[in-house]
Amino acid sequence: MTFAIVVFPGSNCDHDAYHAAKHVLGQDARFVWHKEASLGDPDVVVLPGGFSHGDYLRTGAIARFSPVMSAVQAFAAAGGPVLGICNGFQILLECGLLPGAMLRNRDVKFHCELVGIRVERTDTPFTRACAEGQVLQVPIAHGEGNYYAPPDVVDQLERESRVVFRYANAHGETTDQANPNGSLRNIAGICNATRNVVGLMPHPERACEPALGSADGLLIFKSVVQALAERGALQAAGR
Amino acid sequence: MTIDRAVLERHGLKDDEYARIVELIGREPNLTELGLFSVMWSEHCSYKSSRVHLKTLPTEGPRVLQGPGENAGAVDIGGGLAAVFKIESHNHPSFIEPYQGAATGVGGIIRDIFTMGARPIALLDALRFGSIEDPRARRILRGVVAGIGGYGNSIGIPTIGGEAVFDESYQGNPLVNVFCLGIARHDALVRGRAGGIGNPVYYVGAKTGRDGIHGATMASAEFDESSAEKRPAVQVGDPFMEKLLLEACLEVMATDACVGVQDMGAAGLTCATSETGSRGGVGIEIDVALVPQRETGMTPYEIMLSESQERMLLIVKRGREADVERIFEKWDLHAVAIGHVTEGGRLKVKEKGVVVADVPNTALTDEAPVYRRPMREPAGREELHRIPRESLQALPRPSDALFTLLSAPTIASKRWIFEQYDYMVRTNTIAQAGMTAGVVRIKGTPQALAMSVDGNGRFCLLDPRRGARLALAEAARNVACAGARPIGATNCLNFGNPERPEIMWQFAEAVAGLGEACRALGIPITGGNVSLYNETDGRPILPTPVIGVVGLIEDASRVVTRVFPDAGLDIVLLGASHGELGGSEYLHTVHGLTRGLPPALDLTAEGALQTLVADLISRGVARSAHDCSEGGLAVTLAECCFESGGVGATITMAGTMSDGGVDRLAATLFGESASRVIVSVAPDETAALLAAARDAGVPAAALGRTGGPTIRVTVDDSRAIECSVLEAEGRWRAALPNWLDDRAA
Repeated sequence: MTFAIVVFPGSNCDHDAYHAAKHVLGQDARFVWHKEASLGDPDVVVLPGGFSHGDYLRTGAIARFSPVMSAVQAFAAAGGPVLGICNGFQILLECGLLPGAMLRNRDVKFHCELVGIRVERTDTPFTRACAEGQVLQVPIAHGEGNYYAPPDVVDQLERESRVVFRYANAHGETTDQANPNGSLRNIAGICNATRNVVGLMPHPERACEPALGSADGLLIFKSVVQALAERGALQAAGR
Repeated sequence: MTIDRAVLERHGLKDDEYARIVELIGREPNLTELGLFSVMWSEHCSYKSSRVHLKTLPTEGPRVLQGPGENAGAVDIGGGLAAVFKIESHNHPSFIEPYQGAATGVGGIIRDIFTMGARPIALLDALRFGSIEDPRARRILRGVVAGIGGYGNSIGIPTIGGEAVFDESYQGNPLVNVFCLGIARHDALVRGRAGGIGNPVYYVGAKTGRDGIHGATMASAEFDESSAEKRPAVQVGDPFMEKLLLEACLEVMATDACVGVQDMGAAGLTCATSETGSRGGVGIEIDVALVPQRETGMTPYEIMLSESQERMLLIVKRGREADVERIFEKWDLHAVAIGHVTEGGRLKVKEKGVVVADVPNTALTDEAPVYRRPMREPAGREELHRIPRESLQALPRPSDALFTLLSAPTIASKRWIFEQYDYMVRTNTIAQAGMTAGVVRIKGTPQALAMSVDGNGRFCLLDPRRGARLALAEAARNVACAGARPIGATNCLNFGNPERPEIMWQFAEAVAGLGEACRALGIPITGGNVSLYNETDGRPILPTPVIGVVGLIEDASRVVTRVFPDAGLDIVLLGASHGELGGSEYLHTVHGLTRGLPPALDLTAEGALQTLVADLISRGVARSAHDCSEGGLAVTLAECCFESGGVGATITMAGTMSDGGVDRLAATLFGESASRVIVSVAPDETAALLAAARDAGVPAAALGRTGGPTIRVTVDDSRAIECSVLEAEGRWRAALPNWLDDRAA
């Protein structure tokens, strides 16, 4: 299975996603430069964290114009699994693959810490191996992760069960105290209507080895491997 | 324009220095040339007051690949890899404009590391602020922390540790010392020297503007009321530009197409051209009209002296220009040939073909003045060394004193600060900020590197020689407490005005002490930085040498932290307690005194202790390790309990007090005797640990056990401290947020 990790000039978690996919999970992984028009032929696309083009204007606002984004859009439209992590999530919002926007954290400070996120749905390729209601310990590192969308959009997300992760304490309670940035309804991650595009602010790629403080994030990478294996098996059976 | 007294004064040059310039170049300089000399001969660039002392420091060792004199030092870590590191100050700009001052401090030291061909992988910050009760100090702190985060987070290099210390003396003169470490292959190390007559000289990165002109000169003067007007001399940082430069430069260096690389930091283009030229024994000729400019109408003087950020100078092999340009184009950066390497060792600056400056490179660099400034031991030292018994009449209960110390900003949890830094990016951080040392693993090897920055200005005020020895010892002890063996050090020497004999004496004593400690512990100094003139309105800061030590861990899986990992472990104190309260945080925080003699330091005992601790950790015997520093044994024990999930500790010990002591109980609990480490150990291994200590000649005593919800300390058979871990930890955690959150000022 091949992970394509898109590299914008200011990406800085590209190597971390690569390391998790390639060395921890043992899958193939390669970098795709943002000026490329093609992704090659990957099984999964990851938009990694960082500061894509400096992000002085608005996070991810310029990255959506990079040539590679047309290929990402096409890959997503064909049902391919796309994971946007942190800045990658912000880029997915800017390019319209996911709804909503990011405000500055409510205390206007950058936050780097381990947080709890509750898995709301297991019917996405990136949560397939999780249990519903399971709380994962995964770090955040961002200054603009305060998720916002108009009330009708958030209601629609809830109706369509597209909230994939919420900030929660160890008991799985989505309290205000467990919300590190002020996100509406403790939203930490969402998916698109067809459920193959998932964006989240926390960094699962930083929580794939016990030596780093948590290995819970590995479940998200394992999920997509499992989901694609199941899809492959289904297709083989149907043929 | 004629060069008169007023012009010289504006350039920070003295009459005799001007005479020396005339002698060196054989004529009167023009204004542009005077500008070149003024920045290169500034204290900041020339080290003219400090050089004679710095020369006494040990800089060699079996692992040293690059000592002082280049952009950064480098030491061998095995496997063909090198650790490249340095610390640098950005004190003056951070006082004038805290956010940008600190941010560009981070940017500057990162450039020094990747200029050497190394991939930067970790940052540390040593910060000093005035009293936290002063709203100005809090404003500076907020700006500095945001600036460090804003730059480091964006460029994607983790800030994994450091220290923040508060003292009134830093009120008008905060210290921002930034340490960066990178990894390079030995054969890929790049030097900042020019070579190959006719090779093109490339300018890459951001355009040149009028920002930061005379920054180096500003950093070489005292502050007064009008300093706020110097704001235009502070540069503005662009971390995204630096990220592009970093990636592009590392890619270019991997191609073998360049001969030398130098960043444009202090003194900008002037320093980069003259230093690469003089190091390589060649000349450099450039045309400033070719330099990409952000503003119109810039004069050669301004272009040569600008300190605009995120710029590099590359000496490229002739014939490889296209390879270099292609890589910079990929990263959307301009690489412009602005001149070439020449014979004869002169720096020739032209503007559209017309020569505007022509001086020997070495006149700017090697021939800069060197001063043996007069020194005088300050008067009244005997009185300073006496702890006035009469002012210690009403002693607080030890439990109350412990809580006061845990809430003191120097000791309190720094989480408020380090959570604004991305300390995890690159997924190498295995001991984060807030632990005794920061530790990063080296992917592809079983190894890790531990690093720590330390310095105690109060100790240095009381006795600069002893204080500097203690600073090196503490930094080395901290890396040992993660399981590392120290392999190299870098120093950042922050002092007042060297033209005052008392300050110069402090400086010389501190450097002498540092050298003694380095030689005794076998730790070479591979580079660093001197920051003088740290005074505002004639009030100097505490003399503050900050020492960064790097240690090598052979097996990253053995790394421990200060935190007790479990209940039911034995608590062992390694090292001897002498009950020394001099210069302690206890005296300062509880009694408002900076008095007494700093703790004595036996360097042989210190070395034995560090070797033992690293050995116990690498064998998996010690389950945690924490050195005793500010706040003494009681605070150290409490810190071992914090962030453990409420694991308490019960210990029993005999009281001790030194000759000049004032209170036996306070001296025992809060005295800061050096060369001590608290470790935890499984009970069935305690005997082996004590035997190992005996063999190593290190005093060791099993004091008690971990577990229970309380911290209990019994001294001389009576209960001195009893408090809940969670309550103590709550105080320790809340102190900085209470001062810094939700306050208008």
